[in-house]
Amino acid sequence: MATATVTRQPLFSRPRSSHKGVWSWITTVDHKRIGVLYGFTAFAFFLIGGFEALLIRAQLARPNGHVLNANQYDQVFTMHGLTMIFLVVMPLSAAFFNYLIPLMIGARDVAFPRLNAFSYWVFLFGGLFLYSSFLLGGAPNGGWFGYAPLSVQKVTGSVPFAHNMDYYAIGLIILGIASTVSAVNLVVTIINMRAPGMSFFRMPVFIWMALVVQLLLVFALPIVTIALFLLLFDRILGTSFYIASNGGDPVLWQHLFWLFGHPEVYILVLPAMGIVSEILPTFSRKPLFGYPVVVLSGIAIGFMGFGVWAHHMFATGLGPVANSAFAVSTMFIAVPTGVKIFNWLATMWGGRLRFDPPMLFAIGFVTMFVIGGLSGVTHALVPHDYQQTDTYYVVAHFHYVLFGGAIFGLFGGIYYWWPKIYGRKLSGKLGKWHFWLMLIGFNVTFGPFHILGLQGMPRRIYTYAPGMGWDFWNMVSTVGSFMIAGSILVFIYNAWHSRKYGEIAGNDPWDARTIEWMTSSPPPEHNFDQIPVVHALDDFWHKKYVEDKGGKLVPVPAGGENGHSEQAPEHEAGEHGGGHGIHLPSPSYMPILAAVGLPLIGYGLIYGFYISIVGGLILLGGLYGWAFEPGTE
Amino acid sequence: MDLVETGKPGELLPNVASGARALSWWGMALLIATEATLFALLIASYWYLRFRAGPVWPPHGIEKPALGLPLIMSVILWSSSIPAHIADRGIQKGSQARLRFGLAASWLLGLTFLLLQIIAEYPHSLKVAPPSQGSYGTLFFSLTGLHGIHVFIGLMISLWVQARAWQGAFDEHRHVTVQNFVMYWHFVDTVWVFVLATIYLSPHFI
Repeated sequence: MATATVTRQPLFSRPRSSHKGVWSWITTVDHKRIGVLYGFTAFAFFLIGGFEALLIRAQLARPNGHVLNANQYDQVFTMHGLTMIFLVVMPLSAAFFNYLIPLMIGARDVAFPRLNAFSYWVFLFGGLFLYSSFLLGGAPNGGWFGYAPLSVQKVTGSVPFAHNMDYYAIGLIILGIASTVSAVNLVVTIINMRAPGMSFFRMPVFIWMALVVQLLLVFALPIVTIALFLLLFDRILGTSFYIASNGGDPVLWQHLFWLFGHPEVYILVLPAMGIVSEILPTFSRKPLFGYPVVVLSGIAIGFMGFGVWAHHMFATGLGPVANSAFAVSTMFIAVPTGVKIFNWLATMWGGRLRFDPPMLFAIGFVTMFVIGGLSGVTHALVPHDYQQTDTYYVVAHFHYVLFGGAIFGLFGGIYYWWPKIYGRKLSGKLGKWHFWLMLIGFNVTFGPFHILGLQGMPRRIYTYAPGMGWDFWNMVSTVGSFMIAGSILVFIYNAWHSRKYGEIAGNDPWDARTIEWMTSSPPPEHNFDQIPVVHALDDFWHKKYVEDKGGKLVPVPAGGENGHSEQAPEHEAGEHGGGHGIHLPSPSYMPILAAVGLPLIGYGLIYGFYISIVGGLILLGGLYGWAFEPGTE
Repeated sequence: MDLVETGKPGELLPNVASGARALSWWGMALLIATEATLFALLIASYWYLRFRAGPVWPPHGIEKPALGLPLIMSVILWSSSIPAHIADRGIQKGSQARLRFGLAASWLLGLTFLLLQIIAEYPHSLKVAPPSQGSYGTLFFSLTGLHGIHVFIGLMISLWVQARAWQGAFDEHRHVTVQNFVMYWHFVDTVWVFVLATIYLSPHFI
């Protein structure tokens, strides 16, 4: 058979695959490095978003606060929300997905390595685009859900043509492109690149939750993209999608936004649920209780998430029939979530629990998420919801779900997989300080919000008069927020300290269950010298332990007597001799080059179309250069 | 066809795949899924605003869209799927000629559609229903414009596939790129069925 080989000189000389230097990070297509880049970038944004939170709490600590004026406050609380959702929790989850999916399914990389690099750079530039608004006349100030017709208004204070919400619309579209591309990539990876023997129902729960999240992204992001484009058209082209006087309807924005927004909630929290489902069994030394039920309830949450959006709109006035229907569907979606909670409890029940930091954060996740879930169920009661809408009760609810839920789960994941990534453990003692400070600080900050909300304090007010009965709890909450900040400092010190003094981890520091612990820490560039063959759920565990006649766990004798340990962990520990013949994708400049084009197109939409043309040509040039570039050289 | 060693002694397997065995086929399928959602939501927005607007649609003072030119454009666009299909089938049998002819013909038909839209259809519609004057024009141009952008993207992808075809990059085993492009092109043509029905036909019948 004639082989059609094409030999051409590429446009630029190709970066060589080396392991050091800034250029190797800029051109990398290795999923592990991209995962680390996602993690550090998201953490940097976490610090910025946290600083914004402290500004908010400083302003609200006392009545008639003067830290921020009204206009600044609007920008800061909007950017706090946008940052924490789109620039922290989503990319931090993406960091775990990128790093762990290939390792946990036994693959060498993701399906499209250069596309993966492209996702990261688009995310980074999208985040920088959003933040550049602070320097260019003012950040988004309409709240993270940007309700029309307020968000269509061009007048901000004394500025007649403010671009604040243009940055919102364009920034979120760019970030949406990054997430969509990444989601397509990871779905293809999970469906097609699992190791031999790893059937769908032998996949770790984390991989299942990753799959559900990526599919949610594939179908939810286009919804908000449409909503944002229509908003942008209304703002810059003078169309009238959301302007009632001209035949449009502002409620259309609400429908579109929340049809995306509710699946988004699960996009934020399912990754943490997956992480917790890995940590709890490892530290309980028991298999996950009811694995298929946990998986199926995750899938059910994914589907049902598209059917509850109008519970964000009970006060909009959709009418009693619609409100009742969505009240029922909202109560139903609590069922699969509750199922998961009981599965996690049953996993710990009777286990030999070890309270290392990952386990503490996982338990913190379960308990805080239950509180957030319960206050969430109260929103399903329509009359009750009328009372709560736009009060601090709602703010309490979603911080218990997204901070008490997602952030605790993600920190658990950081402590759990840190030794795999860096070869050294984080200090357990400092980790415990971090956990308890954060748990207490979190409850001191957000617990009072329930009371403030029920007392009627509206959200998004930049200050309040004395004598409303809100002074005490606001001060308490501000104190708590600085405790959280302190706990984050402990974590940063812990991470810095571990570089030199962290306990050397070895391949499997936690006596874990899944196959990413079979390879070395940190893993070699090709992940596994030999792709593992999977025989069971929790395959690595079964390679290490068997049950004796009395049902007690006994270690598999060295050498592997139980038939299917052709790759005992000991063999992996030494030098990676077998990696030389393995073909890996070459690094490339094209992903970052193409990604630069997108924010330029965005600036052009605001400041003049000629910038867009330059950006479009860069994007096109990058994509063509990429398309003609061979995958490996 | 290239064969590679698997590591087991004497075992050789092909290193190219096509159809649902290829990773990029899945990537394209998912891209189409997300794009289809994009169109579905914009069409849903059209119907939402259309029924909120009351019984008269298009609103008073705007005439119903003319059907002659859009129907001719539709026939041109849909017929471009035929040479695309010929190219796809041709290369699966190893025919470079059918590949190159099919791609070029579908490209020209797609370009004709786009040019007709920009040169003939849009200037007329801009006069009838300018987008700044109300939701009808707004919806008209957003939906047809979004589709037009997808035709444009398809033409750009086609240029790349054609360049690769002339370089001789495809043969009867190695052609998943052609398959993926043709899948995308059929998708763009299929979406037009819904855009045509919503934008041009529905004001005449509902």
